[in-house]
Amino acid sequence: MPDKFPESSEFHTLRIIPPAGLHYSTDLLRKMCDIWEKHGSGLIALHGQSGDIMLQGCSSENVQKAFDELNEIGFDLGGAGPALRTSMNCVGHARCEQSCYDEVRTHRTVINGFLDEMHRPALPYKFKFKFSGCPNDCVNAIHRADFAVIGTWRDDIQVDQQEVQNYVAKVGRKYMIDVVITHCPTRALSLNDDDTLEIDNKSCVRCMHCINVMTKALSPGKDRGAMVLIGGKRSLKVGDFLGSVIVPFMKLETDEDFEKLKDFCETVIDFFAENALEHERIGETIDRIGLANFLEGIGVEVDPNMVNHPRTSSYARMDDWDQEVEKWRARKAEAASASEAAE
Amino acid sequence: MSEATQPRRPIESGVMDPFPYMHPLLKKNYGQWKWHDRLRPGVLHHVAHGGDEVWTVRAGTQRQMDLHTIRKLCDIADQHAEGHMRFTTRSNAEFMVSTEAQVGPLVEKLQDEGFPVGGTGASVSMISHTQGWLHCDIPGTDASGVVKSLMDELHKEFIQEKMPNRVRITTSCCQINCGGQGDIAINVQYTKPPKINHDLVGNVCERPAVIARCPVAAIRPAMVNGKPSLEVDEKKCVCCGACYPPCPPMQINGPESTKLAVWVGGKHSNARSKPTFHKLVVAGLPNNPPRWPEVTEVVTTILYAYKKNARHWERMGEWIERIGWPRFFELTELPFTKHHIDDWRGARKTLNTSTHVYF
Ligand code: HEM
Ligand code: HEM
Ligand code: SF4
Ligand code: SF4
Ligand code: SF4
Repeated sequence: MPDKFPESSEFHTLRIIPPAGLHYSTDLLRKMCDIWEKHGSGLIALHGQSGDIMLQGCSSENVQKAFDELNEIGFDLGGAGPALRTSMNCVGHARCEQSCYDEVRTHRTVINGFLDEMHRPALPYKFKFKFSGCPNDCVNAIHRADFAVIGTWRDDIQVDQQEVQNYVAKVGRKYMIDVVITHCPTRALSLNDDDTLEIDNKSCVRCMHCINVMTKALSPGKDRGAMVLIGGKRSLKVGDFLGSVIVPFMKLETDEDFEKLKDFCETVIDFFAENALEHERIGETIDRIGLANFLEGIGVEVDPNMVNHPRTSSYARMDDWDQEVEKWRARKAEAASASEAAE
Repeated sequence: MSEATQPRRPIESGVMDPFPYMHPLLKKNYGQWKWHDRLRPGVLHHVAHGGDEVWTVRAGTQRQMDLHTIRKLCDIADQHAEGHMRFTTRSNAEFMVSTEAQVGPLVEKLQDEGFPVGGTGASVSMISHTQGWLHCDIPGTDASGVVKSLMDELHKEFIQEKMPNRVRITTSCCQINCGGQGDIAINVQYTKPPKINHDLVGNVCERPAVIARCPVAAIRPAMVNGKPSLEVDEKKCVCCGACYPPCPPMQINGPESTKLAVWVGGKHSNARSKPTFHKLVVAGLPNNPPRWPEVTEVVTTILYAYKKNARHWERMGEWIERIGWPRFFELTELPFTKHHIDDWRGARKTLNTSTHVYF
């Protein structure tokens, strides 16, 4: 482990990568404890905010021994410095009905595909992925990851109307209206006279609220996948950023889908490596060069889902307006013929 | 060390495959869960499409652990939870069991051993915090210590689900705020520019890197007593502490000048409203170990105002959004000062550019 701070040179921390989703057998935990008892201080953070097991307090000469033994039972070293960092995924598929994609497979496919970037720090600054199975975002990916993969769906919310009626019978109509219907951020919900639910799915932004409240009656749709938001980070140095939408939807089911995601991650990491200034997070790079230039750099087409609203400032050069309109039309026509071919 | 053996080549295995360690029922029903409910605070019950059921008991741990505690958790898992466990991002331990009958003895055992069972649903979940004195390069205070004091106070809200919605409390030991956004965030706020030990700067610090790090360009190279050093434009300095890690002679921490600030209304989930950042409520609280009574008082005041006034499922920030900031300051009897007005980039977006006001 490289040590950044001279005054703590005899207090090394080993960051090691836990099993994806933080699942343990007691056998694995005990073995880890035995190794750390032998070589280190016995202090452990389970887990650091980035998702590492942080073994804290090891002399320089024991670092290698501790690592070797941990490595033998399956643990690898996490990220530190200007590198790809250790990642995290929510419990998701393993025990949560809201999960919209296979978090473990996605997490391992992405991170294990770029171990070189993790173990040989050569990026302009840190780069973090995080994986949440649905918009509840239990691992706080939007804010804590440069590259957030968050599950969502494209078709209609699945409704069991009998269970809706049961729910209303249990909690009462007023509560149903106050707590479910009026909390929908886009007014997509309406309670019918027979206590069934009407959902305007075209207006639903997939916020999860109604599904969270009525876990038995409602579920995410069947056409599930994930979205990608890029650029989240903490305060240093320009202030906090949330990630913003870059890919509104992608399927994550077939081997091909996963290949595509990996290729996309590679494009983004390469762009970051080549274009970010030293000590600049990718959110800051995007801020500096503008989202449109970033999209061009990574080969992603513009989409209205990427903005809260179109620009309000009129100070811009638009002399290539007609060409840009043509591009949009061509893309629309292509999409239309593709969906026709599919039918 | 005298062994002349070949250095061992590391196996770059990356992220570990969790399936060999996962509870068998979770593995069997991976991606096949249908719905869940909660039997009581701290106990989840999940049902799979195929009819399998699993019960999960969640208990708080202190994140900062020692071998004894981890082994104790392992003993509990071996005796009562089929030899498996997992952790949540907020350092709660979770034990899965395959019959409802196992839940009672597991809960009892955890409580006997001093692990509070709770943290589910509309409760105050385990505080997410950075590591403070133990492992940070610049801890203004001991985040873990503040957490301990607060959790003693908030324990009762961890083990019941009596809040309007879940409450995430975070703490951070510097303004960079590694603890993250929270419904309530308790963060160190430095109030004095760094004091520079000029004798050391030349030897210890890579000066251009330190200069580049300052968010307000307040650091310049300087010669002091004939030695290369740095100087800080104290009028510009925002006391963020960012220059300290790359240059420890720039001492930012002081027993009196290191204060604590409380922020509210941060949220990560997309449920109902979009994710938001937390906003400043109180600064200038003394760093007063070992119990930090001033901080605890402010936090509990805010928490109980929320508990009393918010509607079911409103998060802290959503509640304030509805009632407005004037009413928030009125209900909590906290002062509103010029420091509450943002002046960083984009500050204009935080001003009220409408005629909507609250009286
Ligand atoms: C008590 C002191 C500190 C502790 C315990 C601490 C710990 C941490 C932890 C756990 C993270 C990971 C957060 C996450 O990925 O979820 C983090 C991130 C970070 N820390 Fe610290 N840190 C401390 C002080 C500092 C200081 C003094 C600096 C620089 C001046 C700093 C710079 C950063 C930066 C830039 C990040 C990344 C934030 C991001 O994700 O955008 N930290 N720190
Ligand atoms: C049984 C599986 C789970 C379900 C059904 C679930 C449900 C939810 C819901 C409904 C929300 C949104 C709350 C709201 O704003 O209304 C949420 C947020 C959150 N969940 Fe979970 N959760 C689950 C597992 C977890 C786990 C294992 C963790 C890790 C400790 C976790 C951590 C969080 C956090 C930190 C947030 C808040 C993010 C924020 O807004 O600041 N959840 N979860
Ligand atoms: S993010 Fe969604 S899928 Fe993942 S654990 Fe949370 S609620 Fe479940
Ligand atoms: S998921 Fe959210 S946006 Fe969609 S209908 Fe339910 S409450 Fe409304
Ligand atoms: S404390 Fe922050 S603002 Fe002040 S000189 Fe250091 S880096 Fe600059």
